[in-house]
Amino acid sequence: MRKALAVGRKELRQIVRDRRTLMILLFVPAFFLLVYGYALSWDIRHIALAVDDRDRSPDSRALVSAFVNSSYFDLAAMVDSDAELTRLMDRNEARAVLVVPPGMSRDLQRGKTVAVQILLNGDNANTATTVMAYARTIVQTESVRRRVARGETALVPLLAAEPRVWYNPQLRSTLFLVPGLIAYISMITAVVSTALSVVREKERGTMEQVRMAPLNAFSFVAGKTIPYFAISLASAMAIVLVAMVLFGLPMRGSWLLLLAALSLFLVGALGLGLLISSIAETQQVAFQLALLSSFLPTLMLSGFIFPIASMPTVLRGITYIVPARYFLVALRGIVLKGVGPSVVWVDFLALSVFAAVMLTLASIRLRRQWT
Amino acid sequence: MTPAIAVNNLTRRFGDFVAVDRLTFDVQQGEIFGFLGSNGAGKSTTIRMLCGLLKPTSGTATVGGVDVGRDPEGVKRRIGYMSQRFSLYETLTVDQNIRFFAGIYGLEGARLDARREFVLEMADLHGRENTPASDLAGGWRQRLALGCAILHEPPIVFLDEPTGGVDPLSRRQFWMLIDRLSAAGISVLVTTHYLDEAEHCHRIAIIHGGRLAALGSTRELKQTFADRVILEIQADKPVEAMRLLDQMAEVEKTSVFGTAVHAVLKTAHHEAAGLVKARLTAAGLSVAAVAPVQPSLEDVFLEVAGTAA
Repeated sequence: MRKALAVGRKELRQIVRDRRTLMILLFVPAFFLLVYGYALSWDIRHIALAVDDRDRSPDSRALVSAFVNSSYFDLAAMVDSDAELTRLMDRNEARAVLVVPPGMSRDLQRGKTVAVQILLNGDNANTATTVMAYARTIVQTESVRRRVARGETALVPLLAAEPRVWYNPQLRSTLFLVPGLIAYISMITAVVSTALSVVREKERGTMEQVRMAPLNAFSFVAGKTIPYFAISLASAMAIVLVAMVLFGLPMRGSWLLLLAALSLFLVGALGLGLLISSIAETQQVAFQLALLSSFLPTLMLSGFIFPIASMPTVLRGITYIVPARYFLVALRGIVLKGVGPSVVWVDFLALSVFAAVMLTLASIRLRRQWT
Repeated sequence: MTPAIAVNNLTRRFGDFVAVDRLTFDVQQGEIFGFLGSNGAGKSTTIRMLCGLLKPTSGTATVGGVDVGRDPEGVKRRIGYMSQRFSLYETLTVDQNIRFFAGIYGLEGARLDARREFVLEMADLHGRENTPASDLAGGWRQRLALGCAILHEPPIVFLDEPTGGVDPLSRRQFWMLIDRLSAAGISVLVTTHYLDEAEHCHRIAIIHGGRLAALGSTRELKQTFADRVILEIQADKPVEAMRLLDQMAEVEKTSVFGTAVHAVLKTAHHEAAGLVKARLTAAGLSVAAVAPVQPSLEDVFLEVAGTAA
């Protein structure tokens, strides 16, 4: 154990001395969070809107203003022919078109429900759905405002866009993304840094020197991983804090449970890193293996960006061996919903199994190489 | 006195390839034992077995009285090892390197301080404790690596091509350190490519094709040539001279030796010098000198490696 401490102390000193590694461990995660947190947003703003106002009344102008004032839409053009409308959509100069039917003002006066048409560019289904929801909300709000203005409480809308229900267009997608980012960033830093630190010793020949000492493989591995575990954990907690401050991530559950989830997840990641280090002989290979085994699955197959439920069966099957899948569920549960152990224990169990399998495989391989 | 290292029929196979073939030799306490051989001769494999990193396929070896196959951890406690690559942590300072290696050998307290002081003194690194190892010149780095390898005061030290890539002055200083270790009763097994360094060794083993091709002190090894004469020939066209010499019935073999050519004669032939000179001059070569010389270790090495092949 003392010897493991000697290795750990050395590793920490090396990390501190090696500015590059330190930067990667400390700042890249925060940087990632900033970049992804702001860029990877499903909130859509400034949609170029063309308006085909066939009513040309104060009422129709009020409706257009409601769209523009929402800040989701920018007025790109006023059109008055179908041909021009088509041209704008074709050239992507307008992503959405609001068509106000003739006689809207008159119909509204009579208390008749008027349907306004919203044309959407559907090349990005996600965007289109979101834009649709925005448009519907604006129209609905306008409708209610008019009813109230007329002193009515009837539930029949005066204005209708499209009769579809969307749960909450104002929902901030960042809150969904941040837990995913925490998983993604922690996984990459933990796997890459562990794998590289062992392979570097192989490459430089220091491993050979250390093997000549009466030091068993366990002390060596424990000494090497403990600093990375501590740093990864600190870095992951920092991400959580940054997310709370910058993105308003709520913390509705127990901090202890969060720490436990993070620890379990990181132990698994370190195990994966060690396993890679027992396979790779050069830092380059280790880096690629680490990226391939942590980056892609965590990004694609964890439910971070693409919902698992909508994946093909084969891919859905693969997600069961991606630790981030369970971590994400646990993390979202703890942070966003404030659930307790009775809910997340399944995910904790899965994370423990993953960590145990990784550590066992890695220790078998490393021990064989050690002697 | 029991030998520090006793090797008996030590063999290591990798599949069908026999890397080390029935090696048998002893290294005495305080002896500097040279291990010579070309690349791939089996030197490193032997050292790895003796250090407890690799299990022998058959045969036995005891290091410091401990069987390498049965108790590799026990062996590791009794040896120091320094390899051709300076196995220091380049980003760490001199002091941090010393403390790390002391840590994995379990040194602490007063003993750590004393040994740290010893290494700093031996490697002449006082005042450079906080220099990163990567900033040290080759000779210092090498001495620091040696210091780290003997921090725990092992009775036996393995040096695997310790002087590769180091300037001649540093090499000489390094050999003075090895002599000091030997004088203190520490056994040193050293492999080297430099034949002049081998002259520092008390005894030399020449390994060829995994086998022990020759063993003895440099003087004993040179006795191989006792019944023959080696002529050193200075001629203006050494390659042409070698071709002509190879055609002579009296010449067993020739080799290039610096700017000169060495010709090993089949028998102790005293008129040979005149004969050779006459022959070369007749062929139009300008011959500066032909004289019998004492065989060097290089002659021995070439001879032994040649016959064993």
